[in-house]
Amino acid sequence: MSAAGGRAASAPLVGREAEPTIFELSRPGRRSYQLPTSGFEELGPDELVPPEHQRSEPVALAEVSERDLVGHFTRLSHRQYSVDLGAYPLGSCTMKYNPKVCDAVAALSGLSDVHPAAPAELAQGWLATLTELERALCELAGMAAATLQPAAGAAGELTGLLLMRAYDEARGERRQRVIIPDSAHGTNPASVTLGGYEVTTVQSDERGCVDVGALRQVLDDDVAGMMLTNPNTLGLFEEDIVEIADAVHEVGGLMYYDGANLNAILGVVRPGDMGFDIVHLNLHKTFATPHGGGGPGAGPVAVAGHLADFLPGPRAVRLESAGPDDPPRYGWATPARSIGRVHGWHGNALVLARALAYIEVHGRDGLLRVAERAVLNANWLRRRLAGTLAVPFDRPCMHEVVFSAAPVHKRTGASAHDVAKGLIDEGFHPPTVAFPLIVDDALMVEPTETESYETLVALAEAIERVVARAERHELADAPTTTPVRRVDEARAARMLIPTFDARR
Amino acid sequence: MPDYLPHTDEDVAAMLEFLGLATLDELFAAVPAALRLNRELALDTGSPEPDVLARARARANRAAELICFAGAGAYDHEVPPVVRQLASRSEFVTAYTPYQPEVAQGGLQAIFEFQTMVSRLFGLPIANASLYDGASALVEAVNLAVGATGRHRVLVSAGVHPNWRAVLATFAAGTGHQLVEVPLTEGRSDWSTADSEEAGAVVVGYPNYLGCLEDLGAARAAADARGALLAVAADPVAAGILKSPGEWGADVAVGEGQPFGAPLGFGGPYLGLFACSSAHVRRLPGRLVGETVDADGTRAYVTTLRAREQDIRREKATSNVCTNQTLIALTAAVQLGWLGTAGLAEVATRCARGAQHCRAGLLALDGVEPLTGTTPTVREFALGLRVPAAVVQARLAEEGFLAGVALDQLVGEDGDGSVGAEEAPNALLVSVTERRTRTEIDRFVAAFDKALR
Repeated sequence: MSAAGGRAASAPLVGREAEPTIFELSRPGRRSYQLPTSGFEELGPDELVPPEHQRSEPVALAEVSERDLVGHFTRLSHRQYSVDLGAYPLGSCTMKYNPKVCDAVAALSGLSDVHPAAPAELAQGWLATLTELERALCELAGMAAATLQPAAGAAGELTGLLLMRAYDEARGERRQRVIIPDSAHGTNPASVTLGGYEVTTVQSDERGCVDVGALRQVLDDDVAGMMLTNPNTLGLFEEDIVEIADAVHEVGGLMYYDGANLNAILGVVRPGDMGFDIVHLNLHKTFATPHGGGGPGAGPVAVAGHLADFLPGPRAVRLESAGPDDPPRYGWATPARSIGRVHGWHGNALVLARALAYIEVHGRDGLLRVAERAVLNANWLRRRLAGTLAVPFDRPCMHEVVFSAAPVHKRTGASAHDVAKGLIDEGFHPPTVAFPLIVDDALMVEPTETESYETLVALAEAIERVVARAERHELADAPTTTPVRRVDEARAARMLIPTFDARR
Repeated sequence: MPDYLPHTDEDVAAMLEFLGLATLDELFAAVPAALRLNRELALDTGSPEPDVLARARARANRAAELICFAGAGAYDHEVPPVVRQLASRSEFVTAYTPYQPEVAQGGLQAIFEFQTMVSRLFGLPIANASLYDGASALVEAVNLAVGATGRHRVLVSAGVHPNWRAVLATFAAGTGHQLVEVPLTEGRSDWSTADSEEAGAVVVGYPNYLGCLEDLGAARAAADARGALLAVAADPVAAGILKSPGEWGADVAVGEGQPFGAPLGFGGPYLGLFACSSAHVRRLPGRLVGETVDADGTRAYVTTLRAREQDIRREKATSNVCTNQTLIALTAAVQLGWLGTAGLAEVATRCARGAQHCRAGLLALDGVEPLTGTTPTVREFALGLRVPAAVVQARLAEEGFLAGVALDQLVGEDGDGSVGAEEAPNALLVSVTERRTRTEIDRFVAAFDKALR
């Protein structure tokens, strides 16, 4: 098929033969490491470590040549799908293209070779970077101050809940419950428990949004707050957000914004203006820091003014300059009633530097265009595929759209899971499957703004072909073009082999 | 205008027409008008990439140019070009969590190999796919121990990194764990000071953050006497020559994996290492990769024991971790593959050799005392100076050295159970890696002598 205009779909991944583990490639006596000339005479562990502390044998690692090391990990890379290879429309994950300039910034020696405990006078550039990023994130979120320490979205959530708790205690209260909608990400309830609260779930209404009537029934002065994603995990904007926020505030609760879906609303509407008090931002989603196959991310937490005193510390702050012409100076400060540290150092700093570069290269104009085109792409797919898959909540969506394969499933026996596997053979990474939980056979599609019109067409056609294959009962074997065929997940759990040494 | 968006004006027009819309703004009709920002964001307009790079270069830090003798959990180790290049492959860098194993075998196998390496390093059969950093791994270790024993009291040695203890305390506010600090005597945990009440966990560093070798036999006994699990926060490089936590009888071992291929990076992204005994596998936090087969019986890998995780168990999950540090874990697997059996042992030996030489040189100076008595150290050591540590740091920076970590920066002016209030301002933690040559160390000692005067 021709690919005019920049269609992004991968060539099949390479490697039908299993790649041996590095331990199987190992041959005693091979080595690739080289250490700098030290100028020391050789001493063994005997002269350096008391006998009772000595390891009896060296740690058995692989022994490979540099050539074998490169071959092994390069072959592994050929067995791995990625955004750089093709479209990755995983709903709720915002798998957009990651501009390489951000990686170049993070690789600068002047940033990457800085020890985290270096005195502030020697790390002024980093402190400037952190304060700049905090300011930009607060402007985007409509908040007053932020902590950059949380290393991921879930870490941000737990930080936010501990802020809620500290705020409660400062008011002399001990509220017990946090409300989350039934469409929420699984991290939300898990974080609520770790924050020392109980989860109260509120259902969605027939429009896919929070049922405000049901919400009012569970609100009382035992509610510490509510966690909400807006747009929600169905890709729909919670139109009653003002009423929701007012209701929660009326009983003295706080509104927590899960920033997983912030990409849809950059420069359009801000969580702070919707009535949220606490916001976490997934920099590895909205701000394009690469996901790395499952991290590192970053989950800064921004708060409204009345919560700023509770933020984790220390925070990078701009100090008063001696005179108006003096260059800006930066230092560390810990808020007066801080909940304490939530990271061993200052957060995932190199991820933070990437996010700032992304914001700078896009600017206020570019970020708005990001949101517009993300929403445009999702709506185009929604309309285009409405005749192929069911659309349980069929009205304009934001950055993602949730389809249901339930009718296909009923008709053909092929589930959303099977459709996903079929799509792999078409060269695309599948959408998110089986989430949100409130939609049967959910296929959650988030194309992101960086995919072209041609890619959307190709994706839509691929989904149409896969559904047609489902009708012909041809999906049970899919995928067939990948390095491995369908993987036996049940066996992995039943006969656990978590290391090479556990193989029988 | 800098742009990564492929839409031409014609594309936008055609797509809007398909949707029956006249303007892009109409896409946001669901947003109540009163909430709309209706102004531009107070940010600059977009800048071309060269300008952004120039701005980033202008934020370079003086600390990056200094010869590094600072450690405290963040170390200046050799990261060779081959590791940098393999870990930068965009297939690894730009993938998501492996929800579709058939197109993620590369990342999954790398993590399987990483888990094997961590398991062997710590001498425990189970290792997870990583956590955010050493501090978060410790938090999860304590949560596991409390969950397994049903006891909320936790004895934490003051030799555990002060920042890690601070993180532990922050999250204990949510879980309700009761943390009891066990002070150090001459750089070693003094378990006799703790009462004998039952506990869920005993937590100790190995070596501890002041560089000292703890008596893990005593820590194990302290745990057994209280019905607690033993959690060891181990330095993974020193582990290359030390008896493993597993061999000492630890139930859980955690560590900061930054030394395996991650740059200093101003503190992140780093790598939380986590290993435990088989008894606790169903309480394991974070992702776990397991080997299985595909439909043809070919060896394959997949994330497993998923029923523990937040997206399935929700409020009953053992941990809320999902996105963690996969790329850094993969980097560590490459780095450990590069080092191999002999290389890891040699790096650890070199660090110890250099540290011993440096320590002897510094202790011979007027105005330098050991802070931890005669307790043996491996690759870093704490000193008490005649003058404030911050002053020595500033003077040595002028000579081109990052002299170490001033301990009052970590424990505060009032000190804690590891460093008292009187010692804290003048206490300095010095670390040596395999990158420091004998010449550099000798120059450092000479400059140090000058800085004390």
